[in-house]
Amino acid sequence: MLVEVDSLDQVDAVRAAVGSAAERGDLPDLVELVPAARTVLVAFGSKTGLARLRDVLAAADLSRPASRSQREVRIPVRYDGPDLELAARTAGLGVAELVELHSGTDYAVAFTGFAPGFGYLVGLPEPLVQARLDHPRTAVPAGSVGIAGEFTGVYPRSSPGGWRLLGRTELALFDPHREPPALLVPGDRVKFEVVG
Amino acid sequence: MRTVTVLATGPQALVQDLGRPGNAHLGVPPSGALDVPALRLANRLVGNAESAAGIEVLLGGLRLRADCSCVVAVTGPALAVAVNGRGRDSHRPVYLADGDVLALGTPADGLRAYLGISGGLDVPAELGSRSTDLLSGIGPAPMRVGDTLPLAVPTGLAGGADELGPRPVPDAITVPVLLGPRDDWFDRAAEQLAAGTWLVSPDSNRIGLRVTGPALRRAAEFDGAELPSEPVVTGAVQVPASGRPVLFLADHPTTGGYPVIGVLPAAALAMLAQARPGTTMRFRPIA
Repeated sequence: MLVEVDSLDQVDAVRAAVGSAAERGDLPDLVELVPAARTVLVAFGSKTGLARLRDVLAAADLSRPASRSQREVRIPVRYDGPDLELAARTAGLGVAELVELHSGTDYAVAFTGFAPGFGYLVGLPEPLVQARLDHPRTAVPAGSVGIAGEFTGVYPRSSPGGWRLLGRTELALFDPHREPPALLVPGDRVKFEVVG
Repeated sequence: MRTVTVLATGPQALVQDLGRPGNAHLGVPPSGALDVPALRLANRLVGNAESAAGIEVLLGGLRLRADCSCVVAVTGPALAVAVNGRGRDSHRPVYLADGDVLALGTPADGLRAYLGISGGLDVPAELGSRSTDLLSGIGPAPMRVGDTLPLAVPTGLAGGADELGPRPVPDAITVPVLLGPRDDWFDRAAEQLAAGTWLVSPDSNRIGLRVTGPALRRAAEFDGAELPSEPVVTGAVQVPASGRPVLFLADHPTTGGYPVIGVLPAAALAMLAQARPGTTMRFRPIA
């Protein structure tokens, strides 16, 4: 079932409501719970889960933001990205002010996609809500920290990309041999820390 | 350690089991065998759990040397199977002694054969599965000549009780499609899907089956509309800007920014796993 709502906050509320029902054991057949920008996919192993899901959704209060998870992830970033000056100019700020603004904000993982471990982080201050690059790069190095539209995020591995790049982290965002493999999961709170 | 050694791979040979569903919220595709019934059958024939890891062989050509005694079975489309140059049947358990060489021919129709080996391939699991995911690079790399693949200890007995012969793969298929979630983005979606005839394109792979043929028209109110990225499932029929549908297979991205006009029932996916480029494809919409 694809649940469609009006905002990222409501997506988060649906994800949290379904996730807690699953943790309580109320949705034993749940296979996937996948939030995105305005929709949440809830997939079951059989059709019996759907009726239970309807009850969970009917009881969910979408008017209140979900309580944030206790998990806070800190990501050390060296702010030396190739688009730092472009982003600062667009924001009408100096580079130092831009770094302070980006690293001084609390973010949350709204959803993932594009590549394993790529989290779309929300909470970006208005001056940093900026367009993608006119000409996407064919290769963005792993660990690059960028902004695009209402999101900020970190590229888990080298890939093509059109986000404006502010810096880099040494942290591995995704490692299938690690438990858990993904550094960021939907609902996590995230802070960027300035390093050398 | 029980092992087999790869002597030839053919166009592509991959470790596949039933995949790693349940990780889409991390951006990880489900992956796993494209023709699930064929992998399950190969495993049953050699006495494995149906979920054991086997080899998905694209267009035949695989040669393996057994480094221990084991039982193998080849399923999928009809193709020649030989042990030390002597012909054997597909779709039956075949005993290999230490040093025996198994060779798969090229199927006359269909695309993907499955090799089950007693015990199952025991390469390290990643996120609960041994499958190679070609989209995100999770799981073992595609097989190369000289690879030595570990086998787990067999737990069951190879049996002949479950023998099903190969079925011919048709050169024209009709694919059932459950309409939605975004069929309203298209001008009379069911009519357009039912009226068209498409050809499977050579650009198809484990990520998606691509087609050539008519473009699906958007409804006037959704002309040029942009869809915020939403989650997609295996079997989703996504319609990109070109209007030519893409049918998402096991290694599909977990989210997409184009509308999904309909979704194939899981039982229809095996048919796509075997559809060669040039296969004629029609849709049967289910409201």
